[in-house]
Amino acid sequence: MVLKDLYDRFRDPKAIKALSKEIEKEAEKLDKTINIMEVCGGHTHTIMKYGLLQLMPKNINFIHGPGCPVCIMPKERIDHAYILAMREDVILCTLGDMIKVPGSKGSLQDARSKGADVRFVYSPLDVLKIAKENPDKKVIFFAIGFETTTPMTAALLENAIKQNIKNILFHINHVTVPEVMKELIDSRDEHVDSYNNQIDAFLGPSHVSVIAGSKIYEQFPSKYNRPVVVSGFEPVDVMEGVLMMVKQFVEGRCEVEIQYRRSVSKEGNLKAQELIEKYFEKRELFKWRGLGNIPKSAWKLKDEFGEFDAEKIYELPKEEIEDHKLCICGDILRGIAKPTECQVFGTACTPQKPLGSCMVSSEGACAAYYKYGNLL
Amino acid sequence: MQKTITLSMGNGGIENQELIEKIIFRHIKNEFLERAEDATFLSELKNPAFTTDSFTITPLFFKGGDIGKLAVAGACNDLSMMGAKPKFLSLSFIIEEGFSVRDFEKIVRSIKKELDINEAKVVTGDTKVVPKESCDGVYINISAIGERIKEFSQKNIEVGDVVLISGDIARHGASIFASREGIELENEITSDCKSLWPIVDRLIREDVKIKACRDATRGGVAAVVNEWAKAKDLCFEIEESKVKVSDEVRGICEILGFEPFILANEGTFVAAVDKNDSQKALEILKEFNENASVIGIVTDEYPQKVLLKSEWGTRRFLDMPSGEILPRIC
Repeated sequence: MVLKDLYDRFRDPKAIKALSKEIEKEAEKLDKTINIMEVCGGHTHTIMKYGLLQLMPKNINFIHGPGCPVCIMPKERIDHAYILAMREDVILCTLGDMIKVPGSKGSLQDARSKGADVRFVYSPLDVLKIAKENPDKKVIFFAIGFETTTPMTAALLENAIKQNIKNILFHINHVTVPEVMKELIDSRDEHVDSYNNQIDAFLGPSHVSVIAGSKIYEQFPSKYNRPVVVSGFEPVDVMEGVLMMVKQFVEGRCEVEIQYRRSVSKEGNLKAQELIEKYFEKRELFKWRGLGNIPKSAWKLKDEFGEFDAEKIYELPKEEIEDHKLCICGDILRGIAKPTECQVFGTACTPQKPLGSCMVSSEGACAAYYKYGNLL
Repeated sequence: MQKTITLSMGNGGIENQELIEKIIFRHIKNEFLERAEDATFLSELKNPAFTTDSFTITPLFFKGGDIGKLAVAGACNDLSMMGAKPKFLSLSFIIEEGFSVRDFEKIVRSIKKELDINEAKVVTGDTKVVPKESCDGVYINISAIGERIKEFSQKNIEVGDVVLISGDIARHGASIFASREGIELENEITSDCKSLWPIVDRLIREDVKIKACRDATRGGVAAVVNEWAKAKDLCFEIEESKVKVSDEVRGICEILGFEPFILANEGTFVAAVDKNDSQKALEILKEFNENASVIGIVTDEYPQKVLLKSEWGTRRFLDMPSGEILPRIC
């Protein structure tokens, strides 16, 4: 098999066109508009990159969710990374986009231009090599991501312990999907109705579900009356996921379904889950940029691994930093507003100089709207 | 001769002379260089065009070329893209102490080969050696003078012009990135690095009405069409499926999360051509590369924007690349 076989048929123009027709046919049977939240930034990216909104009937609306680990990182935690990186005895490693996002002091890229040793790695396990090559430095892994990347961080810690590498430390920012989905449904302004969430259904993330299994969504149909379809990241996957969703509404069903069967099972990857449980425990609260504090929505290292925890070893500021007051990212994430309704969208807030969370990474809703346009 | 470059080889003395005589002049010698004076008097040129470029690439040797080939082709291509025939080049090296003399000679030999393809001459040069770790192997700067044959310019582009590409895209960027990240592929990607004058020469001889050409180097095809769209306040409508990308390049892009449109090319160019001549232009381009194709047209629908049309009938903008993508690749 070549790499191409993995994606070619999931981008097949004929299949996309056929699914678009079928969705339209089914959607005609609906008596209301359904608002589908694609939780994951990967889906937002696919929807915008392949122009899928242009293929949707009028009564299917997308709400772009908070599933972008870089976007939801609060400024105070980016400041932690910056402060750590500026220490002379530290090499700070992180994943991709994180390097570009500004905190209150600047981005990691800025830190690097001031002489800090900041490196981006493709795999957390690359940190092992960096630590071995630099025994006189502390190599801090600024760990970000949802369920997808958490096991890799755990694997890095496991390897560091096994190989007795003492100079690797962790700053853990791993977050979890179901808690933020619950928060989005539950949160409301008690005094007015216009801020209630508009979400009718969820398109479940692909990679997160490979690890965690579709079981993590079962509470949504049963407790919250919101169906979930776990879908893959390619355009044919998304179209098929939407079709399955529309059919649930037409047929009056409300359940968890898996479109992304080629990789997702109900139970998920049990080994990866064990690895997470072994090294991590839930934080009481974790602040999400644009959404505020969400209970039990993030991991931290268990106390017994405190010697690896950069948050325990270094004195880091605790104060919260507010987002720009014109920013409406919170409303966008709740589905109350579209990026283009924001008065700073594309003017004061651009991917080069983001004010709000949804503009910071290519997976954020605003960045995707800005980059690909919204040509309906 | 020593096996590695020493600081004394850049000091202007005997060792410096030896490096020039034994390595550089062995391959590159002509009536201009033989005079060995501080500056060179050039023969008369009608309508000269002048350009300069510096080259700092890691790795120095890659599949499909090396820094020497890249430097000559790159500088000459800048002239060719304006419709100017490359004629005279300056050649400056900055070499890191300890660099292998054998590798240096390999680079000089590629330079010679590429000069011949362009029928151009090095008429002046310089060699400096810097202490270890103050440069990365070899840096090359080339300034080049060409003679105007035609004048291609973005200012000629207008609504209705047809946009062509001379081959499949993103080979150079993908190949450099794969080798830097240590990604091993079953079929290694060959960089598209090459001199474009022979192709441009053919197009001019066949009297194809070319409005503008640009080689899609840093920033890739996305940068070229966006720059044109902004400069002319026009819209470029590109059909995504017409832009060929090889399976290997596509694979690298999938793994690393890049769009092929923003990756660099070093021997592939975009041309805006009068619509009546687009077929003729395509036939000529196809003689050189079967992946050449007509990829779009110039309109005024969304001024300053590039529209990308999918095969399933949706449209989106193709943005100017920004931020850090591939540090130091050309």
